[in-house]
Amino acid sequence: MDGVRSWAGFVADNVDGVLERSLEHLTLVAGVMVAATLFSVVLGIVLMDRPVARQAALGAAGVLLTIPSLALFAVFIPLVGIGNRPAQIALFLYAILPILRNTVTGLGSVDEAVVESARGMGMGPLQQLLRVRVPLAWPVVMAGVRVSTQLVTGIAAIAVLVGGGGLGAYIQRGLTSLGNPFSIERVWTGTVFIILLALVLDLVLGLIGRRTTSPGIR
Amino acid sequence: MSDHQPMITLDGVEKRYSEDAPPAVERLSLDVHRGEILVLVGPSGCGKSTTLRLINRMIEPTSGRIVFDGEDVTHIDANDLRRRIGYVIQRIGLFPHQTIAENVGTVPRLLGWDRGRISERTDELLDLVGLDPSLYRDRYPKELSGGQAQRVGVARALAADPPVMLMDEPFGAVDPITRDRLQNEFLRLQEEVRKTIVFVTHDIDEAIKMGDRIAILRERSVVAQLDTPSRILAYPVDDFVDDFIGSGSTLKGLHFERVRDLELSNDYPFVRSSESRGDTRRLLADSDARFALVLDERGRPERWVDDEDLSRGDPSETVAGLGPKVIAMVEGNATLHDALEAMITSSAGQAVVVGRDGAYTGVVQIEQLTEVIRRMRAEAKAHYDRLRGRA
Repeated sequence: MDGVRSWAGFVADNVDGVLERSLEHLTLVAGVMVAATLFSVVLGIVLMDRPVARQAALGAAGVLLTIPSLALFAVFIPLVGIGNRPAQIALFLYAILPILRNTVTGLGSVDEAVVESARGMGMGPLQQLLRVRVPLAWPVVMAGVRVSTQLVTGIAAIAVLVGGGGLGAYIQRGLTSLGNPFSIERVWTGTVFIILLALVLDLVLGLIGRRTTSPGIR
Repeated sequence: MSDHQPMITLDGVEKRYSEDAPPAVERLSLDVHRGEILVLVGPSGCGKSTTLRLINRMIEPTSGRIVFDGEDVTHIDANDLRRRIGYVIQRIGLFPHQTIAENVGTVPRLLGWDRGRISERTDELLDLVGLDPSLYRDRYPKELSGGQAQRVGVARALAADPPVMLMDEPFGAVDPITRDRLQNEFLRLQEEVRKTIVFVTHDIDEAIKMGDRIAILRERSVVAQLDTPSRILAYPVDDFVDDFIGSGSTLKGLHFERVRDLELSNDYPFVRSSESRGDTRRLLADSDARFALVLDERGRPERWVDDEDLSRGDPSETVAGLGPKVIAMVEGNATLHDALEAMITSSAGQAVVVGRDGAYTGVVQIEQLTEVIRRMRAEAKAHYDRLRGRA
């Protein structure tokens, strides 16, 4: 209990800093997710009717996920310098696979009879896509976005190692000053608020997903 | 646009998927008349669905011409063409993310109608297919039964009032009872809307029921016989057609003839229930019949009496109350199939025909049915002989 009390005290004394770091973290994750979602959905649509390219893209995105995060972060330092930029690029690459895979799966699992009737009523390819395929695949796409967001929120803790901001800073300072006062509290602050942020983001995305999905397919 | 001009003409339409393989549809020429239901029927894989999909160019023909209402549409924009043709498929393909009203309004929206007109039209169509708009307008497809979904599918195809509907096994995926009801509803609907319909099925009984004309197709969509159902049943042109329509074609043919077109035999013995048993017995003895028909005081058939019934009791008593009741009666608009059924059910082996007021008008006897069957066959044969003579 003492540990919890002293942690709560640390957070209370550093409210401004915690909020600032949380906001940094959120900004980093949100920016990456918006970009990765747009990119992956468009890529998924482009790959829809191209089975070979689709397999290649999914394979490549899968390989990216297996690269240790610190290594991937470091790869971009020589290219774009230190700071948020290498972190954003690496997180963006990690975020692709779940969204891309779900977009491809979602678009592919639209009932062929539905597409056939859309075509039979005189909808062009773009209308079929925007009015039928994408709305029907949307819940699956959103599920991918949620998975990606969780992943990216967690990995973003490492951004601090390449000069970025975010809640990872608490974990890093805590770990490098173990034994000193408040080191454990710092680690816990970073961890707890990353988890809280991830939960809040998931909740928000869940709501957005619900609001943007037709009641007919909920 | 004259009434004699066919609504759709397929002119030597062919579909090949590769140079070497035999064509899926081989040089098919076919006219679909205005306001008729033309059924394409044939065994699986004969190309009937492919043929249907060639009409709205869901499949592009390799060669040949498609003429729609006098206009060559072989090369016009396929989406424009499809918006002018209603399309119903077996799996319906309602949009699950849209309400029933949005589903029905699909083509009007594509055609750029304004909202008010679309919503008016949607309600009108839901009414037409027997779904209360106030109840169903805002529902989603997942809340519908199979039969209801199929009705919405038909309403959606009719939305922009296209002159032509293409229906690919539209009632294939529902249970037999629902199918029968949907078929009847659809025929009633067709009386009202008078569309030109091309209807694909593999079920010859459905073809006979739905079709004004039937095209029986063999492999590569080659037309084996194209004619009215009654003529095909009376005169299958070859063994393929004969096999395909299967046994019982004569019986099925009786569906197309009506009792009112028969000359009813009115020499069949009948009496009022106030008649005496002795007089009735004499009347019966003078005829060839085994039973006499007893009518009530308003002239409605009541009972059958035979000699044995009449021999009981005093000959001066009335015939009232004697013999078995008349159960099976048919009206003039009944088919001969109904009449045959009545005949089999009846204790006297006759189908009693009554007017709309229930009064006796005559009987149908088995000889009359055999005569009709003979005549139908002779007429169909003469028709085909004439065609051959001309060819």
